Amino acid sequence: MDGIPAYNYLNTPKGWKSWLLTRDHKRIGLMYLFAIMFFFLIGGIFALLIRIQLLTPNQALVKPETYNQLFTLHGAVMIFLFIIPSIPASLGNFVLPQLLGAKDVAFPRLNLASWYIYVVGALFLIYSMFSGAADTGWTFYTPYSTQTTTSVIATTLGVFILGFSSIFTGLNFIVTIHKLRAPGMTWFSMPLFCWGLYATAIIQVLATPVLGITLVLLILERLFSIGIFDPAMGGDPVLYQHFFWFYSHPAVYIMILPGMGIISETISVFSHKKIFGYKAIAFSSLGIAFVSFMVWGHHMFTSGQSEIAAMIFSFLTFLVGIPSGIKVFNWLATMYKGSISLAAPMIYTIMFLILFSIGGLTGIVLGALSVNVHMHGTYFVVAHFHYVMMGGTVMAFLAGLHYWWPKIWGRLYSEFWARVGALLIFIGFNMTFFSQFILGAKGMPRRYSTYLDQYQPLHGFSSVGSFVLGAGFVVMAVYLIYSLFRGRPAGNNPWGGLTLEWTTTSPPPPENFIETPKITHGPYDYDKVIADNG
Amino acid sequence: MHNTAGGHPAHLQHHFSDSEQQASASKLGMWLFLLTEMLLFGGLFAAYSIYRAWNPEMFYEAHKQLNVQLGMINTIVLITSSVTMALAIRSMQLNKRKIAVRFLIATLVFAAVFLVIKYFEYSHKFHLGQLPGKYYTFTGLQGSNPHIFFSIYFMMTGLHGIHVIGGMGLIGWMLSRTTRNQFSPAYYTPLEMTGLYWHLVDLIWIFLFPLLYLIG
Repeated sequence: MDGIPAYNYLNTPKGWKSWLLTRDHKRIGLMYLFAIMFFFLIGGIFALLIRIQLLTPNQALVKPETYNQLFTLHGAVMIFLFIIPSIPASLGNFVLPQLLGAKDVAFPRLNLASWYIYVVGALFLIYSMFSGAADTGWTFYTPYSTQTTTSVIATTLGVFILGFSSIFTGLNFIVTIHKLRAPGMTWFSMPLFCWGLYATAIIQVLATPVLGITLVLLILERLFSIGIFDPAMGGDPVLYQHFFWFYSHPAVYIMILPGMGIISETISVFSHKKIFGYKAIAFSSLGIAFVSFMVWGHHMFTSGQSEIAAMIFSFLTFLVGIPSGIKVFNWLATMYKGSISLAAPMIYTIMFLILFSIGGLTGIVLGALSVNVHMHGTYFVVAHFHYVMMGGTVMAFLAGLHYWWPKIWGRLYSEFWARVGALLIFIGFNMTFFSQFILGAKGMPRRYSTYLDQYQPLHGFSSVGSFVLGAGFVVMAVYLIYSLFRGRPAGNNPWGGLTLEWTTTSPPPPENFIETPKITHGPYDYDKVIADNG
Repeated sequence: MHNTAGGHPAHLQHHFSDSEQQASASKLGMWLFLLTEMLLFGGLFAAYSIYRAWNPEMFYEAHKQLNVQLGMINTIVLITSSVTMALAIRSMQLNKRKIAVRFLIATLVFAAVFLVIKYFEYSHKFHLGQLPGKYYTFTGLQGSNPHIFFSIYFMMTGLHGIHVIGGMGLIGWMLSRTTRNQFSPAYYTPLEMTGLYWHLVDLIWIFLFPLLYLIG
């Protein structure tokens, strides 16, 4: 197949109205992709401003109050507008029905509604930026969040609204996976990305409403002083933290599980080898989702919960290491004796494995009660979080973006420039955040706009790294956008993948498949397919 | 299947292979949505449990301020409305459209009665100053921080009241669609989903009533 197919979802039907009112999961996924990339840029700019401020201890850029708003905005934008919707709502939306051999998600109108709800929530957050942005940190801890004069209400209302968008995506995916698998597609012949999205969706549906009610209580506390979180009125601010982390700890698995799903796809495709331990990977996703609801207290070791509770939460936190470890070892075993091709998605996959492993292992370090008390609220936590979220989820997102890019647009990007970008990102990322492990271990507290002179070399190194990292993303933006206009046509299956989306054209037709696909082999049967093709 | 000869039923969306698949997908989606509703209230139930465990006497004293009779009547009203809702769906299954319409109207009326009674309860509390948090001015109660009880009371019943209003909107919409002859024994999924939602609203009240009105 040469050239771009004349009949595809990008040009049929035509007109801006057909986009704004579309029910096609591919178009909605693409609209999500644009939105989240926009906010990734905004959040990234906030991050660079933070790093410029911390280049020296002289507070050269902004006042401490403004600095508090900067890191709050960086956190809130990156978490609620970028990373939570990132993989499920953009790439997941785009490929899930195709992976299942379906024409669309179960509730296309709800899918579109979730995008508009996302936009409304985002508008609230943007509004808050111009009306005295919140300075509470992205966790909105009481009692400070009920006392500060900044626009906590607009921010939390925005996050509350964004929660519905997340719930609707999750609900849609669960029903789609249950009800819309193509004939012959059993639970255990689904590609593992579907399992990742399924586990994610369970958390989205079960945890997000609790955040919703928590934020409602916070808003009412601010508006009417209802006293629930106010110790002066018999309320309990620690209860807020329990409520908040009951959502927000599972939420970090909303962020990482879809990424793990992508890695399970790319590692097999680019090793040209059957995935090792399919069921172990599938069930470990559910295992992580299950354990995720029982570890929230490890965010509160120093918040005044009882010692026995802290010990139990610490023990349960170690359990997360088991399913995560199962995954990492299965991925490595998949690569073992495979025929590995280092295309861009695989480069990001390997970067994920390295960075996520560092992030995961330092998570175990932080889960240990005695170490945590020492490290709590230091840059060690900041570095751990960024290794898991950026080194993990964002690298997996980039792996998926590069993997499905030819399917989304029908065109290939430059592999050379992809390697340049990946190299810059890898070097820049490690410069930025590995130095923060050392800073944290030496006692540098997070959320300060200045620091003691002794920390200057490491902070300076970290700031320089952040600009290398930023440069990597600029390179990526350039070659990806360039590929839209000048990229070589990709053909149906540029990577030799065996999952169903590669059987249809690139870009696919609006209904995904001209005929309902027949399942003739498993998603990872490379041994069988290679044998068949001689 | 319910397909008429050679045709595609109007309600069947293109990405489902048949009506049965579509209906079962809707049902699963609705149950998941109800699950999120339960967790939304779950946060309040958790707050209730914690503050009651900390202030058992205050909760006992404060709950006496609620009117058990009105609460009891409202419980009966809501349960009855659940019955009429179920009967409306049953009537549609048997293709008795006019009876279904009547049952839907009855459900709406019961829901309105519930809200009217709630209105009288609320305005009485407003009058006495039994209000949440810093607006609490009532002096007739001993014990520490009785406003916490009323904060929780208004939060829980208020959120429930919002759900009753939302449910009335849905039932009204279903009423209009039923009168416009959009449902049949072959297709009444939206009606059934509205019923599920309404039963949940009813069920939450069944938990709220003893927890708030019948302490002790």
